[in-house]
Amino acid sequence: MRLVLERRAERSKLMTWLSPLLAVGLTLVTGAVIFSLMGLDPARALYVYFLEPVLWWWSLEELVVKAAPLVLIGVGLAVCFRANVWNIGAEGQLTMGALFGSALPILWHEFQSFPVMVLMLALGALGGALYAAIPAFLRTRFGTNEILTSLMLVYVAQLIADWFIRGPWRDPAGFNFPKSVQFEGWQLLPTLGDGRIHLGAGLALVAVAVLYVVMSRTLKGFEVRVVGTAPRAGTFAGFSSKRMVWFCLLLSGGLAGLAGICEVAGPSGHLQPAISPGYGFTAIIVAFLGRLNPVGVLVAGVMLGISYLGGEAAQIDLGISDKTAQVFQGILLFFILACDTLILYRIRLLRPHTA
Amino acid sequence: MTGLEAVILTIITASTPLLLAAIGELVVERSGVLNLGVEGMMVVGAVCGFATAYTTGSPYLGVLAGVLAGMGMALLFGFLTQSLATNQVASGLALTLLGLGLSGVIGESFTGLPGVKLQPLDIPVLSDIPFLGPILFGQDVLVYTSFALVFAVSYTMSRTRTGLVIRAVGDNHHSAHALGYNVIAVRYGCILFGGACAGLAGAYLSLAYTPQWVENMTSGRGWIALALVVFATWIARRVLIGAYLFGAVWIMGLYAQALGIGIPSQVLSSFPYLITILVLVLISRNRTLTKINTPACIGQTFVPDR
Amino acid sequence: MRTLFKLAVTAAMLAAGAFAATPASAADPLKVGFIYVGPIGDHGWSYQHDQGRLAIEKEFGDKVETVYVEKVAEGPDAERAITRLARQGAGLIFTTSFGFMEQTLAVAKKFPEIKFEHATGYKQADNVATYSARFYEGRYVIGQIAARMSKSGVAGYVASFPIPEVVRGINAFLLGAQSINPDFKLMVVWVNSWFDPGKEADAAKVLIGQGADIITQHTDSTAPLQIAEEQGVTGFGQASDMIKFAPKAQLTAIIDDWSAYYIERTKAVLDGTWTSGDVWGGMGAEMVVMADYTNMPDDVKAMAEETEAKITSGEFHPFTGPIYKQDGTLAVEEGKVLDDGTLLGMNWYVQGIDDSLPQ
Repeated sequence: MRLVLERRAERSKLMTWLSPLLAVGLTLVTGAVIFSLMGLDPARALYVYFLEPVLWWWSLEELVVKAAPLVLIGVGLAVCFRANVWNIGAEGQLTMGALFGSALPILWHEFQSFPVMVLMLALGALGGALYAAIPAFLRTRFGTNEILTSLMLVYVAQLIADWFIRGPWRDPAGFNFPKSVQFEGWQLLPTLGDGRIHLGAGLALVAVAVLYVVMSRTLKGFEVRVVGTAPRAGTFAGFSSKRMVWFCLLLSGGLAGLAGICEVAGPSGHLQPAISPGYGFTAIIVAFLGRLNPVGVLVAGVMLGISYLGGEAAQIDLGISDKTAQVFQGILLFFILACDTLILYRIRLLRPHTA
Repeated sequence: MTGLEAVILTIITASTPLLLAAIGELVVERSGVLNLGVEGMMVVGAVCGFATAYTTGSPYLGVLAGVLAGMGMALLFGFLTQSLATNQVASGLALTLLGLGLSGVIGESFTGLPGVKLQPLDIPVLSDIPFLGPILFGQDVLVYTSFALVFAVSYTMSRTRTGLVIRAVGDNHHSAHALGYNVIAVRYGCILFGGACAGLAGAYLSLAYTPQWVENMTSGRGWIALALVVFATWIARRVLIGAYLFGAVWIMGLYAQALGIGIPSQVLSSFPYLITILVLVLISRNRTLTKINTPACIGQTFVPDR
Repeated sequence: MRTLFKLAVTAAMLAAGAFAATPASAADPLKVGFIYVGPIGDHGWSYQHDQGRLAIEKEFGDKVETVYVEKVAEGPDAERAITRLARQGAGLIFTTSFGFMEQTLAVAKKFPEIKFEHATGYKQADNVATYSARFYEGRYVIGQIAARMSKSGVAGYVASFPIPEVVRGINAFLLGAQSINPDFKLMVVWVNSWFDPGKEADAAKVLIGQGADIITQHTDSTAPLQIAEEQGVTGFGQASDMIKFAPKAQLTAIIDDWSAYYIERTKAVLDGTWTSGDVWGGMGAEMVVMADYTNMPDDVKAMAEETEAKITSGEFHPFTGPIYKQDGTLAVEEGKVLDDGTLLGMNWYVQGIDDSLPQ
C-alpha cells in the first residue's frame, strides 16, 4: 500500500478549522496510549496536561504571560517568512531589546514618571530593530545570507548581555552577583489588577490586530505576499526586494526587542543573564503553526503556552519527567503539522498494482 | 607534546562534530530540503551511540547505533515533510524538540556512567613521527571519516550523475520531476544521509570527544553546523574550511585566556561567531558564485502532480 | 476516527469533574517541593540537590511527599513553577539556584504560610531562609594537594562564570597552593557555561598544553577530569565523586552534600520549629564533603587530612591573613580572618593570578 497526496482544487475551508481539532484528537489518543503504557491513569494525565492550565484564573494568567512574548515575536516572524526573509535570530534581537530598554532604569534609577515607561518600550523596540538591521544591511549590501548572520548574532547578543549584567550593570548592592537593580514604579509595566498579566499581552494583541489589517487590507501586505511567492512578478510590479528585506527585519526585530523589554520590565522586574527561555526560537514554530497568519499566530502561541504549562503541571502532579513532557510536545507539534496537510491535499492510500 | 601540536589536536576534536553534521546537512539542502532538526538528530545519535557502546563494550557498535538513530530521526522528518508535505522549517524545529526530550528519556539510566572511548587508530611507526605523526596518523576513525566524507560529497556533487540529479532536484523540482526523476525518493535519500551524518556527529561527542552521556550534551553544535552550510555557500570543501575556522578561533580564544592577556572572556567567546560572519561577508561579495550554488527550491514543499 | 475523537473529549470532560483539586488536610504528608535549574541528569549541581531530595524521602518515609520541577529557566518561568508548587499544597519549597531569588521572594509574599528555602541567595524574609555551602574550604585543601603533586608548579582552572562563588573558589585554591609553594602559578580559562562537556574538555586540553599538570574545575561535567586521565595528569572532581570517570587521575573531589541540611529543615517544618535564617555551612556542617584521597603518596594524604580536620573543627580558616590582592594591596592583615560579607561578594583576585576580572 502506498500513501499518496492529491492536491485539492482549492484550500479546504472545512479542513482549515477541522485540522487543528483532528490534531488535538490524535494527540489525546496517542497521549492516552503513552500514559497508559507508563502506568498512569490516562484520563487524569490528559486532564492535568490540557485542562488544568486553563481551569484556574492564576494559571490562565500564567498562560497569557507565557504566550505574550511568543505571539509578539511570532507575528513579526510570520511577516518575515511570508516574504521569504529568514530571520532566525529573534532571540538575539529580544536580548538586545531587553538590554536597550533596561539602560534607563539601570543608569537613571531616579527617573520616575510616565515617560520612562514609554521610553523604555521605545528603546526596547529600537534595540531589537537596530540589531536586526545588521543582517538586513549585510544582506542588501553584500548579499550575505541572513540565516547565518541572524543566528550567529544571537550568541553574540547573549555574550554582550552577559558582559553588561556581570560587569558594569550589576546591582551595586548585590554582592557582585549577576543581577541588575530591581526596577520600580513607572519602570515596571502596568499589570491587570494585582495579577501577573502585564501590558506586554496588550501590545501583543495590538500587534496581531495591526498586522492582520496590514497583511490583508493594505498594499504593503500585498507586496509582502507577492515578493514572497513570486519574486520576479514583484520586481515587475516595481516592488524592491531590498526594501522588503529591510522592512521585514526591522519589523520583526523591533517586535522581538519589544518582547524582550516587556519580559524584563514585566514579569521579571530586573535584568539577569537568562533573559528568555528561548522565546525567539520557539516563536519560529509559533509562526508556522499559525500558518504565517497573524490571527493564527495568536492561536498557536496560546496552544504552545498550554503545552508548556501542561508539561510543568504533569511533572508536579504525575511525577513524569520534563523529558517525557518534551517528547509529548514534539508529538503534538508533528500531529498539528501533519493535519494541516489536509487543508491543501487529500490523502489516498493506493494498493500496489497487481498484474 | 609541544604547544603547537596540542593546539592542532584540540582544534581537530573541536571541529570534527561540526564538520560531520554540516557535510550531511549540505547534501540535504542541496536537494532542496531545509532540515533545522540537526541538533535533535545529533543528540539522539549521541545517546544511542553511548548506550550501545556502554552495553556492548564496543565503541564501533556505538558509532553504528548513532548513525542508525540519526537516520531514524531523519526518516521521521522525511515522512512528515516528503510524504505528508508538512512545512520543513517547523518540522525541523519540532524534530529538535522531540530529539532533546527523547534523548533524555533514553539516557535516563545512562547518566553518570563512564563511557567507552573510541580509541585513536595509532597507525604503527607513522604515528610515532614527531609532531606530524600524532596529528596525521594518530586520530580516531571518525576524524578520517569526516575528511573522507567531505571529499566524497565534493566529488559526488560535482562529478557524478547522482550529484547532478540531487542538484537538479534542489534547483527546480518541477523540471526534475518532468524529466522523470523521482523528486521525493531523491530527497528521502538525502535526508537519510543527513541524519546518518548528524548521528555520526552525535556519536563522536559521546564516544570520542567526551566519552559520557549527559542531557543536552550537544549544546547547540547542531545549530552551528547549520550555519556552516550557509557559510560554505553549499560547496562541500568550504564546509571543511568553515568548521576548522570556527574550531580554530574558538580554541585560540581559550589559549588567549590561559595566557592571561586580559581580554574579557565574553569578547573572546564571541570571536568565532563574528569571524564566521565577517568571512561570509567577504565570500558573498562574489554574488554570481553564491547564486549558482544556492539551491533555488530550498525549503519549498513539493508534491508530484498526478 | 471521529468516534475516537469524541471518546477522547468525553473522557477529558469526565476527568475534569473527577479530578478537581482537593485542598490538603492536616493528616496529609508534608509536601516538599524542589525547583532545579538544570536537568537532574546533569550529574552535577541539580543532580546533587536531587540526591538531597531522595535523602528526605528515605529519612521520613510516609511523612513526606516530594515533588520537583527540573530545567526551570531563571526568570518569569521560575515564578510560575514555584507558584504551582505552592498551589499544589507544598509546605516547604527549595529553590536551588541563585537566579530564582526575586521569584522566590515574590511567591513567598503571596503564600505566607509556606516555608521557602533559597540556595545561594542573600535576601531573606519571614518565610524565606537562605542557605549555601562554603565550598572554598574544600578548594583550599585541593590547592594544597595540587602544590604537593604538581611537578611543573602550574595548575589549570576550568571556570564557568565570574561570580563571587567561583572567584572565591579560585582564590581559596591558590591560597592553599601558595601555603605549600609560594611561587605556584594558576591559569584560568572561562568557558562561559556551567555545563558544556565539549567546551570544558577543550579548556582542559588547552590548559594542559600550556604546561598545567593539575586540572581543576568549577563547571559541572566530568569532561575536564576525563581529559586529565587521558593525558596522564591529575585533577579534582567537582560536585560529586567522579572517581569512576578518572580512576587514575582523580586526587579527590569536593562533594556538594545537601542531605543533612535538607533533612534538618524538613524536620523543623514537621515539628513546627522552622524559622527563617541564613545558613552558610562548610565541612563542619557536612555540606562540603571530600571524596577519598586517592592517587597520592601517604604524606600528601596525611597533610590533606590534617588541613581538612583543622577546617572542620574551625581551628583554621582558609582566608586567614596576610592576604594580598592581585595589585599588591593588603586585603587581610596578618592573623585576621576575612569577614563573611567580603567573602560573599568577592570580586578580586589574590596575588599570583594572571587573569583579570571584569569590573
